[in-house]
Amino acid sequence: MYAQLVKSEGSKSREDMTPEEIAFQDRIDRNEKIEPKEWMPEGYRKTLIRQIGQHAHSEIVGQLPEGNWITRAPTLERKAILLAKVQDEAGHGLYLYCAAETLGVSRDELLEKLHSGNMKYSSIFNYPTLTWADMGAVGWLVDGAAIMNQVPLQRTSYGPYSRAMIRICKEESFHQRQGYDIMMKMCAGTPEQKAMAQDALNRFWYPALMMFGPSDKDSVHSAQSMAWKIKMNTNDELRQKFVDQTVPQAEYLGLTIPDPDLKWNEEKGGYDFSEPDWTEFFAVIAGNGPCNAERLGARVKAWEDGAWFRDGLMAHAAKADERARAARHAAE
Amino acid sequence: MSSEWPLWEIFIRGQHGLNHRHVGSLHAPDAEMAIRNARDVYTRRNEGVSIWVVKANDITASSPSEKGPLFDPSNSKVYRHPTFFDIPDEVGHM
Repeated sequence: MYAQLVKSEGSKSREDMTPEEIAFQDRIDRNEKIEPKEWMPEGYRKTLIRQIGQHAHSEIVGQLPEGNWITRAPTLERKAILLAKVQDEAGHGLYLYCAAETLGVSRDELLEKLHSGNMKYSSIFNYPTLTWADMGAVGWLVDGAAIMNQVPLQRTSYGPYSRAMIRICKEESFHQRQGYDIMMKMCAGTPEQKAMAQDALNRFWYPALMMFGPSDKDSVHSAQSMAWKIKMNTNDELRQKFVDQTVPQAEYLGLTIPDPDLKWNEEKGGYDFSEPDWTEFFAVIAGNGPCNAERLGARVKAWEDGAWFRDGLMAHAAKADERARAARHAAE
Repeated sequence: MSSEWPLWEIFIRGQHGLNHRHVGSLHAPDAEMAIRNARDVYTRRNEGVSIWVVKANDITASSPSEKGPLFDPSNSKVYRHPTFFDIPDEVGHM
């Protein structure tokens, strides 16, 4: 998922809630949407800012690993498709930043927190994209995992977040399909091409499983977020669903999931599979993944290099305003 | 520290002759750039044939606390709906 390890605030039992908090929880239990200016507990507001912010940052930083291949796409059509996909990610980031801003945080504050490392983005984007097959694996697995999480979030309790998710989900399935389409092409190609596809799956499988966040037994923030309906399913539920959906897709491609212990479990009606290496996950989240410095560096550079341009446009707008006012004044 | 671009609310009219509908917001230095950005952010898949942009600061909204006084009075006026009136079947479609 694009928001992992979101720290949730104040888990309270009903007896400890104020009348306002009880009324608020009742609204959520009735599936009413909470809208921007309405009363909400401070913890709800803060948790949502963290979660939506982290989600937005992930969309924006998520452009970088794929942007890497725009100039190297194998055909003009693939290039146009990848460009459209990466542009969508930018759009998704913008929808989500706007949703976060309705909670009283400014865009610049959010960006400052990303750039200073105080807010996170998904661990998945700290892995390198080494070959064209990685574009296939990213679309298929990374966007696939994101969809798994985003579809239920369309029913989240906060109106602007829910509306952003509805829009994003509508656009997202193109992303997964374009990835799978690349994988199909590679797997139907030469043995070398198929080997590239297998290698991409090998490298992205466990990082994709990590996207859902730590195992439920170690996920301390889930209960309150689920009561507030800003988290709809547990990490393990979604991970299981993702594995069950993805294994047959890999089989169709003739690729092998890099997990010797992967096995269908008739009793639970799902696959048993190996957990990712959680030590690696926490290291990547803490900033020590293969590409953390490069990704954040690229974001900060883009922001700083663009400052003169943003300021220039503002100065131009202010002058144009001034001229228009003077013209109106002269006409009166 | 640079100043943040102002926030604009974006309204799009779709293909089928419906009203402009609020679709979201974005930051832009001025109205012209807001329209250009709205084209890229909100109509990448043919969602619209017309865009309105309004500075978010220029919108006055009713407050959530007024919800009762503003909207409750219409609850009791069921006669505003056609289904309130029983028309005999013999009269035919009305």
